[in-house]
Amino acid sequence: MNLVTEITILVLAVFVGFEVISKVPTTLHTPLMSQTNAIHGIVLLGGLIVVGYSSDFLGQLIGFIAIVFGTINIVGGFMVTDRMLEMFGPKKKKPAPSADDSPEDGK
Amino acid sequence: MSTVFAALAPDSSLVAILYIVSFSLFIFGIKLGTHPTSARRGNGVAAIGMAVAVITTLCLKGVGNWGIIIAGILVGTIVGAVASKRVKMTEMPQMVALYNGLGGGAIALIAWSEYRHWVHLGDAISSKQASDSLIVQLEHLSVVISKANFSISASVPLEVMIPTLLAMVIGSISFWGSNVAFGKLQEIIPSQPLALPGQKIINGALLLLLIAGGIYLGVNNGLTDLNQPVFVLMLVVAGLLGLGVVMPIGGADMPVVISLLNAFTGLSAAAAGIALDNTALIVAGTLVGSSGTILTLEMATAMNRSVANILFAGFGSPAAGGGGDQEQRPYRSMNAQDAAIQLAYADSVVIVPGYGLAVAQAQHAVKEMADELNKKGVTVNYAIHPVAGRMPGHMNVLLAEADVPYDQLKEMDEINPELPQTDVCVVIGANDVTNPAAKTDESSPIYGMPIIEVDEAQQVLVLKRSMSAGFAGIDNDLFYNEKTSMVFGDAKGTVQEIVTELGNL
Repeated sequence: MNLVTEITILVLAVFVGFEVISKVPTTLHTPLMSQTNAIHGIVLLGGLIVVGYSSDFLGQLIGFIAIVFGTINIVGGFMVTDRMLEMFGPKKKKPAPSADDSPEDGK
Repeated sequence: MSTVFAALAPDSSLVAILYIVSFSLFIFGIKLGTHPTSARRGNGVAAIGMAVAVITTLCLKGVGNWGIIIAGILVGTIVGAVASKRVKMTEMPQMVALYNGLGGGAIALIAWSEYRHWVHLGDAISSKQASDSLIVQLEHLSVVISKANFSISASVPLEVMIPTLLAMVIGSISFWGSNVAFGKLQEIIPSQPLALPGQKIINGALLLLLIAGGIYLGVNNGLTDLNQPVFVLMLVVAGLLGLGVVMPIGGADMPVVISLLNAFTGLSAAAAGIALDNTALIVAGTLVGSSGTILTLEMATAMNRSVANILFAGFGSPAAGGGGDQEQRPYRSMNAQDAAIQLAYADSVVIVPGYGLAVAQAQHAVKEMADELNKKGVTVNYAIHPVAGRMPGHMNVLLAEADVPYDQLKEMDEINPELPQTDVCVVIGANDVTNPAAKTDESSPIYGMPIIEVDEAQQVLVLKRSMSAGFAGIDNDLFYNEKTSMVFGDAKGTVQEIVTELGNL
């Protein structure tokens, strides 16, 4: 693929990114950050590609560490975001502080 | 698409399409993230996009060393899963910092790997090995080779070299910077600004070294005169720069730092994507870069400071005198029982949480207090300052954990006009974001920063450990205001006492 195509993609992605992300409300900024964090774990792909052509020990070690880091980034990032968003999700049903929402549950 | 590419990845159109599917899912996932009710689904969608991208890549021809790949993915999955299950919601900022650092580290290592690959190729050429062996190596090159045109010139094309260097430098800065941020948030490293004498000059010198190294490698890009020690040196220098930039930044500025490092990692991923000719990496990296940039700018606006000022001015250093007069001024303090009575007889209460709430893990107690007040017919809302806590949206997550409905969380601009009609404002573990000096005292270091105008409310309760100054080292006039009563003690303990007292009323 030529460089100009790649730069075109990059520039368009900047606009899409700004467009979509500027609509995320403040309330969700922490999950947004943690989710985009997980998304940049996509460098794992780079790790998978380069480890294929590493033949010496150092090269393989570098590749291994890169893969471990990338995987932690992805798995941890998405799981922790899910944990956070789980807390935001199901509370739509009580919109206003009504007088009788007393049932106290543990968590 | 070049023929070389096609030869290396037989299904290259399919691969390209799968990558398009993958990044479309990322974008769609983030789009669903614009509303609390659909955000969780959005995260799932993005995760599916990631799975598509990873599986596609595993199917590429040239991907090998399966033992390493499987071991790496296994270790990473276990560590990531366990860590994300165990982490407490209050520790989210350091968790994000750590993951961010890992991403940056992975990128820097991949860039190094990529460079080493070219060096090996150069060695093979210079040692005049038979062209056969070179061809064998070429076949293992997968995507990278499509960029180079060996028949014309045996050099690393600048369109590969430049993004590789960028990915390495930014990735390394992000790795070390994020680790320092993690250390500070986890309190392994003191969260106060730490700087060597002349830190700015040192940082400037490191940056110049990086630029010089980059130019050197850019010029010496012939396959036979690639210089790996220079590359490794740049890797180290970039790391030192990451340390040198983040070390002098104090804990309260962490929302900006974390956002910025997030943007950095995204950009370096995009750069790696260009070097490796991988569209999924380019788009995903750019998305992250955009989100990090937006958040950084938003945080900086919320502090009324430029990003450069946050990064390079040693804010919160002991020099900050602010209002000046150091003599003891009178203030009122109150015990939990009186505070409970004051709250119970109010019509409307606004709670202003800050980092102290996170430290004390008081979010559940606060929610209980709000429930007790609701039972007595008191309206309770929460005023969230954009930089309250240690990362963007930190308070929102903590309160969501305690089941506070998100429509009770009011942003600064929304709540400020309502504060004059508010009977009692309860400030829990927040300080600088309520300091009226930001509006009135031009000599104050925080002058001009938008604040939650707590001093406009009828009565103010400040829950705080002691009278000590906030992070910025500035005395808070709010505490001496005649409307204000201080309730000393650990935030969680105090709030629990108030809950008990409310129950007894």
